[in-house]
Amino acid sequence: MLERLSFRHGVHPPDSKGLTATIPIRRMPFPDQIILPLRQHAGNPAKPLVRPGDHVERCDKVAEADGFVSVPIHSSGAGTVKAIQRWPHPDGSLSEAVIIDLDKYSPQLPRPRMVPHWEGLTPEEVIRAVQEAGVVGLGGAAFPTHVKLSPPKDVKLEFLLVNGVECEPYLTTDHRLMAERPERVHLGIRIMMKTLGVERCVVGVEKNKPDAIEALRRTAPDDLDVTIQPLTVKYPQGAEKMLIKAVTGREVPAGKLPMHVGVVVQNVGSLSAIAEVFDTGFPLVERVVTVTGPGVLKPANLIIPVGTRLREVLDYCGGLTDDVNEIVFGGPMMGFSQPDLDAPIIKGTTGIVALTKAQAHPETVYPCIKCGRCLDACPVFLNPSLLGILAQAGRYEEMAEHDLMTCMLCGCCSYVCPSNIPLSQMFALGKTMLRKTREKQQEKTAADDGKAA
Amino acid sequence: MDPLTLLSSVAILGGLGLTFGVLIAVSSAKLKVWEDPRIDAVNNLLPGVNCGACGYVGCLPFAEALIAGDAPPAQCTVMGPDETGDVADYLGVETGQVSQVVARLLCAGSAPVAPWKADYFGVESCAAAVAVGGGGKGCPWGCVGLDDCTVACDFDAIEMSPLGLPVVDPEKCTACNDCVEACPLDLFVLMPMDHHLIVQCKNLLDGEAATDVCAVACNACRRCVQDAEEGLISMQSNLAVIDYDNIAAQNEKAVERCPTNAIIWLEGAQFAEGVPGKSTDGAPPGAESLAMS
Repeated sequence: MLERLSFRHGVHPPDSKGLTATIPIRRMPFPDQIILPLRQHAGNPAKPLVRPGDHVERCDKVAEADGFVSVPIHSSGAGTVKAIQRWPHPDGSLSEAVIIDLDKYSPQLPRPRMVPHWEGLTPEEVIRAVQEAGVVGLGGAAFPTHVKLSPPKDVKLEFLLVNGVECEPYLTTDHRLMAERPERVHLGIRIMMKTLGVERCVVGVEKNKPDAIEALRRTAPDDLDVTIQPLTVKYPQGAEKMLIKAVTGREVPAGKLPMHVGVVVQNVGSLSAIAEVFDTGFPLVERVVTVTGPGVLKPANLIIPVGTRLREVLDYCGGLTDDVNEIVFGGPMMGFSQPDLDAPIIKGTTGIVALTKAQAHPETVYPCIKCGRCLDACPVFLNPSLLGILAQAGRYEEMAEHDLMTCMLCGCCSYVCPSNIPLSQMFALGKTMLRKTREKQQEKTAADDGKAA
Repeated sequence: MDPLTLLSSVAILGGLGLTFGVLIAVSSAKLKVWEDPRIDAVNNLLPGVNCGACGYVGCLPFAEALIAGDAPPAQCTVMGPDETGDVADYLGVETGQVSQVVARLLCAGSAPVAPWKADYFGVESCAAAVAVGGGGKGCPWGCVGLDDCTVACDFDAIEMSPLGLPVVDPEKCTACNDCVEACPLDLFVLMPMDHHLIVQCKNLLDGEAATDVCAVACNACRRCVQDAEEGLISMQSNLAVIDYDNIAAQNEKAVERCPTNAIIWLEGAQFAEGVPGKSTDGAPPGAESLAMS
């Protein structure tokens, strides 16, 4: 039967996954120094617990969660805290980070289990343990996983949707995880389903990963209702709302969360991290990263200790070619260009893509010719052409009226624009400006209230 | 046609016109509001740009304030001495003494002294570059030089120097606040010209970490804090902060031992001798030169 499950609109960039799709995951050696930014997740930055000069063991907590939407950070190696200072962050800023000189010749031995076995735990205890282990969504946004595991009481969940789409070109971390370690993914699904109290699970995988689909089907447990659902290849199918639309046909209303249509979405990387946390008893201190792109001499899928500097990862992969022009954390569609090779790998880093001059170069921007291709590409049905004109005029409030906040910056509009207009950057700008205005307004009302009182 | 119809319509319309005319004449006399004719006259003397730099919403409210004696004519920063004199003559008052306020840039990190780590390709606007991670300038607090302020300035008072720092012409600057609002990094402040002490830096790093990203950054060495009058300068988050409420105590001694020239003694225009750093004849900045888009 011809199944053509997908969502409407979207684009078909060349998937370019061939460079690493068949390369098994292997471990990268420990670096001499790790840099652990305190802000690696959505929500409040963690609060440091260590001081310069302290010695920490591998997996020791170096920073604790600050509030509910926050997670602790653990040392990815045994060593001595050198400093807590500002350091280049993958988002381009200089942010506070704990810098640890790792012990030379340390075996970096596993330690006694820090996380309890999950079988005997109540859902609340599992959620607590997941937060304590510092688990965040490993699909890129780094949203704390325990928050997604704690839906409000009045929401009725129907099933767990597992995101194995990996629609960004070049990236193969989730692909390799599913193909090599399907049991881990299934264990993660089991823990999640029990914690959430849902009966059904659907795993969405794009059809360009037949080996992953086959591996997941082969190892699917008999006692759980788990469906592996192949999906037509299209970008941005890995976006939560697009995936829900593709698999269930349901649309998540603007401003609502997947749980409002009875679904919780988890990335396979996060599931496998949860399984690993409970299986090994270690917190999240390493992750799988695809190092790829035509600018890298030896592309690879690597398990990298969190905090390893970009420079060292590139060196380990044989270095860069001469014509490298841009290095991106994440995929080329939504990732962040890195201005600094000293930025560390953080929990949300899915891949490192080195693009050459032929792929990433400044292009002449021409005026909008109103061709409407961006409207046909936008997966959330916005009018990028109009929004772009408003952004250029600085009319940000009007952009909000045209639902700018629904935009997830997937980059489809910029990708199809024949005039090379950097639309999604304009929308990132619009969102930033709107947030600033809101903050100013709040400050003003707070000040006025203060005066009135 | 019946001549009577013709006459009667003329009579009715004429009568109506007469009645309303009388009504208008009476009400105009009864309900008359007297307005000081000087307001209009003064308003005509003012520049009429409604920039708000005087502290009033526009030129008309300022004219009212002038006539009420609430503000001296010199409070308008757009007018030159001649125009201010005209207004003062008309009103028969002194021009008043208001020290001129201009926009000052709190950054001296031009391209040669504060190198870029990567080239930036994207929307040509400071705000857009800052929205995607600062665009790649080594110092994330420093001016990215993509012309948001020069575009925002209505008076042509800001010009982008070839080394990537905006230079304000105090003659043209009216302290209207537009550049202050346009700068996404909040690098512009409005400051009276007689505040000579100024820290041209917002970098929050200290020591070599600061000077690594910019040769003219404040490296938090605290020398100016010690050399200045007690309490005038304090160190806040690794940055020397001048307490402008105590500015009367300003003294050139404070800047003498600054190792990076981050704090300077300013007379007249900023960057009057050119922005820091020698021109490198358009050689692209950036050591490793990664692209950002």
